[in-house]
Amino acid sequence: MSQETGLQEVPDEAGEEHVQVEGGIVAELERMTPEERAEHEAEVAEVVAPDREIAVGFGETLLELREVTVRFGGLVALDAVSFGIRRGEILGLIGPNGAGKTTCFNAMTGVYRPTSGQVLLEDRPLGRRKRHQITRLGIARTFQNIRLFGEMTALENVVVGTDARHRTSVLGALLRGPRHRREEAEAVERAMALLEFVGIADRAADKARNLPYGYQRRLEIARALATEPKLLCLDEPAAGFNPAEKEQLMGLIRKIRDDGYTVLLIEHDMRLVMGVTDRIVVLEFGKKIAEGLPAEIRDNPAVIAAYLGVPDDGAA
Amino acid sequence: MTSARNESRRPHLQQLGEWWNSLPRTRQWLVLIPVVLLIYALPVLNPPILSTEPGTNFPIACFNAARFALIALGLNVVVGQAGLLDLGYVGFFAVGAYVAALFTSPDSALAKLPYLVTLPLAMVITMFFGVVLGTPTLRLRGDYLAIVTLGFGEIVRLLATIVPPLKGQVGFQEVGHPPGRLPDGSLIFASSNGTPWYWLVVTLTIAMLMLVGNLERSRVGRAWVAIREDEDAAQIMGVPTFKFKLWAFAIGAAIGGLSGALFAGEVGFVNNQKFDVPTSVLFLAAVVLGGSGNKVGVLLGAFVVSYVPDRFTELANYKYLIFGLALIILMIFRPQGLLGARQRLLAKGREAYQRLIGRPEQVSSESALAAESAKGVGA
Repeated sequence: MSQETGLQEVPDEAGEEHVQVEGGIVAELERMTPEERAEHEAEVAEVVAPDREIAVGFGETLLELREVTVRFGGLVALDAVSFGIRRGEILGLIGPNGAGKTTCFNAMTGVYRPTSGQVLLEDRPLGRRKRHQITRLGIARTFQNIRLFGEMTALENVVVGTDARHRTSVLGALLRGPRHRREEAEAVERAMALLEFVGIADRAADKARNLPYGYQRRLEIARALATEPKLLCLDEPAAGFNPAEKEQLMGLIRKIRDDGYTVLLIEHDMRLVMGVTDRIVVLEFGKKIAEGLPAEIRDNPAVIAAYLGVPDDGAA
Repeated sequence: MTSARNESRRPHLQQLGEWWNSLPRTRQWLVLIPVVLLIYALPVLNPPILSTEPGTNFPIACFNAARFALIALGLNVVVGQAGLLDLGYVGFFAVGAYVAALFTSPDSALAKLPYLVTLPLAMVITMFFGVVLGTPTLRLRGDYLAIVTLGFGEIVRLLATIVPPLKGQVGFQEVGHPPGRLPDGSLIFASSNGTPWYWLVVTLTIAMLMLVGNLERSRVGRAWVAIREDEDAAQIMGVPTFKFKLWAFAIGAAIGGLSGALFAGEVGFVNNQKFDVPTSVLFLAAVVLGGSGNKVGVLLGAFVVSYVPDRFTELANYKYLIFGLALIILMIFRPQGLLGARQRLLAKGREAYQRLIGRPEQVSSESALAAESAKGVGA
């Protein structure tokens, strides 16, 4: 019971003697000098950084969509869309509602199979791989409508992400074999660093469904990063955020890229997209209508027309 | 101050849970050992109010409760952890009972094996049945899966009736039992003597509890809970959902089979009469009543479901009515069961939370909400 009261006082009484012993890393961080804190953050970023072989170099095409078409009965949701994502960049995918952005995500992550065309990761087609295999290969995503595992704590949610690259199965877990122990230790280490990295470590022990909205969005990002993706796909991560929160999120997305990840970002908010992305692809009615640097996209007449509408001849 | 006021408002059960969670592992063991000893001593003590006599022999009532607990533990893996609604669990229980009978009863044409060998054998064979049933059906979800498993339970029972070597209602007499005789020459594991059987089942239940606990605090347990919470999201986060659903089915089936074999041994007689749908629903009721997804909860639920009809024999005929009403009332006031879902999914979670934020995790969901509101008021 006393512990419970203790935890509620952590934010404002972090300096007091009795909390020091109890608060763990999060409380300790409050008392660090700026230098110590920078050092700690560098350590965290080091643990979070991807630690796996990627077949392509920085700036080369990591993922490529080649003439991808997705058809639902008579409706063409994606019509021969082709573009590439280069390793180390933040690519924005924008378009009006119903343009096919999320369908594009779904085709990449195996939720839908393209009716025709190919998705290639590191020049190898994904083919008919299952969703969990695609995640293991290196594409992770978040969801537009948050889909966390509500009854798990934040830390456990992230550890599920790290499990994507683990191999322990029933026998190893039953007997608590050496691989199980090693993977558990590594997973917790990495998951804790990830929670700190996205800035929600203070609520690590809370059930996901009890977290505030902003925390849940960040937890989704941490869970996706836990799979050590070669490509991280964020589906409207700033939905429902106020301008200040959006600003913070932009900072986080840049931090993720600087840590060595490649990011694909779907977003509605033009200011956020223009501010954070390196390149932008624009979809409208399932077709790619433009691709280029943010400044080029801003001045592209087709994009302006798509967003603002074309004036009728009569009205002009 | 606010939190102190909230504290007093909270139910005692929850306070007990929080106290338990705050104890270190070693202290938990110290508390557990006397409790376990007490559980072992129960049929010998035969405490006056708790006793089911003269209506039912108390050691046998204890055995039945322990057998139910083992079943509930197995079913909890399938329903509580992986979230797969299985209405035909009695089918696996039946397979286990028939394996024990076929290999030990003189009425069967098969080779005779020592009874204790048939226990692991029953687990392996029911596991196989679990995989056979699961492979085609686990592509289904929710209600559809429930209907298919209901069908499976009936198929097993009907096969026992119509396949001649399974002897239908005539059944198998003199099913085997573990070896050993008392100094006066009578059997230790006699059908009339529930105590040794009870000890055997309690021991096996504790062993299973530990093994299932190991699974829970691993990649396997996390995969199960992830599937229960959101199967599509689990898949996209890299959980091979089909594989782990099949494992949940197989492990649940194996525990059900073990329980069936123990039942066959104690009763000494197996025929097609005890494996009907109501029995299956009773198993499920034990899990739901106690708290689906909570190992301790389902043990408690199993005890209630098995003990109440034995204790109040005059009510036994109305047991389905009573449990039905109890479940309806429970679903209105406490849908999570007597003890809500609760799991630890990390092998070293305790240390991790301590290191990161200096306090243990929130294990039960109710207390999380209470803490949330306390925080809101306090701020």
